Amino acid sequence: MKAGDLLELASRNLREAALRNTLTTLGIAVGVASLVAMLSLGVGLQAFASRRLERTGLFDSIYVRPRQSAARPGGGGGFGRPPADADANAASVSPDIRPLDEAARKEIEALPGVIEVYSEVHFTAEASLGDRGQLTTVAGLPTSSDSNDAFDDMEGHFFSSPDAAEVILRSEFAQSLADAANIQPAAMIGKTLTLRFPQRQTREADAPGVTPGKPAAATTRTPSASGAGSAASMMSDLGMGFSIVPTEKQFTIVGIVVTGDPGVGPGGLGGSGAYIPLKVAETLAPVQGSDLREVMDEASASGSEGGVRYASLTLRTDGPGAVASAEAAIKSMGFSTFSLLDVTRNLRLLFAILDMLLGIFGSLALAVASLGIVNTLVMAILERRREIGVLKALGASNRDVRRLFFLEAGVMGLLGGVFGVGMGWAIGRLIHIGTTIYLKRQGVPSEDIWSVPWWLALGAIAFAIVVSLAAGIVPASRAARLDPVEALRYE
Amino acid sequence: MTTNGAAFQAVEVSRHYTMGDAVVRAVDKLSLEIARGEYVALLGASGSGKSTLLNLLAGLDRPTSGAIFANGQDISAMSGEELARHRNQTVGMVFQAFQLLPKMTLEENVELPLRLGETPRAERPARVRKALDRVLLSARRAHHPSQLSGGEQQRAAIARALVNRPSILLADEPTGNLDSKTGEEIMQLIEGLHRPGGTSGAAGATEGMTVVLVTHEQGLAERFADRIVTISDGRIAHEVRR
Repeated sequence: MKAGDLLELASRNLREAALRNTLTTLGIAVGVASLVAMLSLGVGLQAFASRRLERTGLFDSIYVRPRQSAARPGGGGGFGRPPADADANAASVSPDIRPLDEAARKEIEALPGVIEVYSEVHFTAEASLGDRGQLTTVAGLPTSSDSNDAFDDMEGHFFSSPDAAEVILRSEFAQSLADAANIQPAAMIGKTLTLRFPQRQTREADAPGVTPGKPAAATTRTPSASGAGSAASMMSDLGMGFSIVPTEKQFTIVGIVVTGDPGVGPGGLGGSGAYIPLKVAETLAPVQGSDLREVMDEASASGSEGGVRYASLTLRTDGPGAVASAEAAIKSMGFSTFSLLDVTRNLRLLFAILDMLLGIFGSLALAVASLGIVNTLVMAILERRREIGVLKALGASNRDVRRLFFLEAGVMGLLGGVFGVGMGWAIGRLIHIGTTIYLKRQGVPSEDIWSVPWWLALGAIAFAIVVSLAAGIVPASRAARLDPVEALRYE
Repeated sequence: MTTNGAAFQAVEVSRHYTMGDAVVRAVDKLSLEIARGEYVALLGASGSGKSTLLNLLAGLDRPTSGAIFANGQDISAMSGEELARHRNQTVGMVFQAFQLLPKMTLEENVELPLRLGETPRAERPARVRKALDRVLLSARRAHHPSQLSGGEQQRAAIARALVNRPSILLADEPTGNLDSKTGEEIMQLIEGLHRPGGTSGAAGATEGMTVVLVTHEQGLAERFADRIVTISDGRIAHEVRR
């Protein structure tokens, strides 16, 4: 029998026992809806987690450092620590190890998929609104941090330009400053904040004479009059190729970050109280932890030979997908790298397991529904015994009868699958609406944790058909094997 | 052994059933030849094995031993698919209980063998109409079997048996569920198929069909059949050629 005729007969048979077949199809639909609901939750949660993590900027970032000398004690072995510590290791570079200098930075910047490369600037400063100052840590933020979700709910706005003399305060530090000034934190926006910090200045007279591989000559620089704040007489002979000058600079407060630390660097900036544009922070040349280490290290002397040497660089790619290739390229240049790609892989594995578990629970309902198909088809064989006999007497082969019952099971599976996906989607929307209302009442912005991608919808329908066909195997074979002589005698 | 000219040739055919420890010999080493165009009545008491023999000839059942040739083809050696084609194309069957599918209209019932035989859709309406015309039921084609009398149902069953233009008609007690008047009409209809231009009033028959009629009514057999084969205990008891 041709497929079209089989389909017509199957549809007719399904219509003839409309109530029973509808209930069976509904059973499949409920099973599929349960499967779709479970997997949608898993997929939605995964998408939600990925979305949140991507917005932190951590998953499209790579942290680059010079390779460490294996011979050097305490030199560390790559990236096992957060960047603040990483800075401290920057100087432990052997002469035969490629330095992370400006040339390397430009080379990295030219890699495909790399959208920006920046060094980390992280220093201690005294911040004051009026007379009383408070010590805090100041971090330089690249302009790309604007997309960081930490700034989504900030009061005020992000930096107006990369070189604006503007500062964003972390809420806790802002509160502390506001308490000291006896004003509300929100009232601080637009006011001027003075940052007082130690500035690093190269000793121009001595620099040309520095010999690579040897410590810089011990010098003392007279306090600079340009340090407007203090008397600036803290210079001492520290045996280094630069001077430290107390400096102060005024910034306009443009925003207050309510949430935690904006994610810059692996693990973030560790509780900085104030953030200024990275470009501005670089021009300030504040003394950082790596500077002090440089003083202590003999090898650091080579740093003054060819210009700037970075303790570490952070680069951002145009997406997590570009991280692996960029990381490989940087490693081939001779640098150590670290990214959170491995963490992402583990996360994906975790979600795969979660999806599998949710899928198993969801499939249980479908398994129960498949028993309904078996029951319906077995009942149909009993009821249609004579019909099967007549079909065989008129020329139907065993194969025709088997295909007919198979098709009926498949049609129930298809319809159940389609309705089930619709029901699953509707359940998802209802739960989404419910959670949105609940989160709004809690004062939390709503998040979509429910997702029914097209592949899930099609996969669920296909799965329903496969399960239905599998459930139809035994009844269809029984129907096909029916003895037509016996069947025609059946009353 | 030649099978030329024979619609059916049964050679030492047996059909045994096992029921517990007992073996029921429904048909036992029976040999029979039915010529093309012949009208043969299988006469016998209930349980004599005549219906079993008819089922073997129809290809609804397979013999335990022996061979059956239909138009020269050994149907006992055919595959399931080939046997299904034999039932669809070579023979047409009429049953005592009509065996129309109750949820289908007459038209749909008659179309069934065409569906099973994969006849092109375009040809089907004309073939169905012609078959229903032949049994004078064109006006009832949209009716369901339950809306028809017993005689009309049996005529519809005959139309269904004819629609694929088989050369052999196998009728198993076709008047068994009908009153004598209606039974007579059906027998006349079958007679018309066997002898085109006869008294049945059926139109369109061009050549005589081979008819194998199973009945327990000797009168009917004697009136219509060319040959009466009496079956008893699965064997041919005697044959009478008229």
